[in-house]
Amino acid sequence: MHIMEGFLPLNWCVFWYVLSIPVVAYGAYKISKLMKANRDVLPLLAVSGAFIFVLSSLKMPSVTGSCSHPTGTGIGAILFGPWITSLLSIIVLIYQAIFLAHGGLTTLGANTFSMGIVGPLAGYLVYKACMKWDVNMYIAVFLAAMFADWLTYIVTSIELALAFPAATGGVVVSFKAFLAVFAITQVPLAIVEGVVSALLFKYIVQLRSDVLLKLNVASPGVLKRLKEASA
Amino acid sequence: MKLEYITILVLVIFIAAFAYTSSTGNHEWSGADDQPEEVINDLTGGSYHPWAQSIWTPPSGEIESLLFALQAAFGAIIIGYFLGYYRGLAKARAATPSEEPEGNLNARSSR
Repeated sequence: MHIMEGFLPLNWCVFWYVLSIPVVAYGAYKISKLMKANRDVLPLLAVSGAFIFVLSSLKMPSVTGSCSHPTGTGIGAILFGPWITSLLSIIVLIYQAIFLAHGGLTTLGANTFSMGIVGPLAGYLVYKACMKWDVNMYIAVFLAAMFADWLTYIVTSIELALAFPAATGGVVVSFKAFLAVFAITQVPLAIVEGVVSALLFKYIVQLRSDVLLKLNVASPGVLKRLKEASA
Repeated sequence: MKLEYITILVLVIFIAAFAYTSSTGNHEWSGADDQPEEVINDLTGGSYHPWAQSIWTPPSGEIESLLFALQAAFGAIIIGYFLGYYRGLAKARAATPSEEPEGNLNARSSR
């Protein structure tokens, strides 16, 4: 999902920056508020950020014969919401843009929008919907992380298509062309990411279910059932 | 342990899919992030030229993989540290149910 340095025209770079900066800024505000109110959730915030660090560094081979990487944003989105996750994501994206020539500073706005905003937002909404319909929590985490990953790459395709509409057929044709690069390649990776996220979540439930209550991630009844099931 | 088994199973299927793809065709295994360049060339007829360069590019593949490994290691140590710390806390709590163990940052679950 990293759009390479210089590979978006200037006006689109500015456009995505303008959309992303307010979200990240509000995320920063929410983190500072959280740090004052609830210091004992900070380790989980660190774990969420670290999970993005690990997963987004793993370039994995997919069934299409090319390599891509997961995003790791699902856990952060579920625990802390998309605002805060956008800030966690931009940290990783800046590291990769500066030290790895992966992504870029001109395309940082667009990459933050796909990986840090739309992906986590999708994951967050999927998780909340699953909780409402009483889906098993680990399946909910799996679905949320999977969609957060996959949607990120769909948005990247949209961003590229908007900037490079085909001469005949326009945005739709180029969207399909970019989807061909990303969409199928990402499916197996998204599934793996979903399963690994669910596993990490299981350990969080076992160890810090009190924090999950505090963050309003799960209701007491759901947690009680999960603990009884695993005991 | 059920979720652990499912995770291992999914990983095995993933590796098997890689082995199968790898053995049935001639693939480059290049990064999907680099492929849009070609698509952009096709769509614009080669008229688009990137207008910015990365401010620094790792001088070799080795150095690039070093930095990627550092990124993963940094993340992994944080996850491992806190999960281990919480596990230790939970054990200490179970051993001394009546007392608040030292170093407990308001971690007592609502019992």
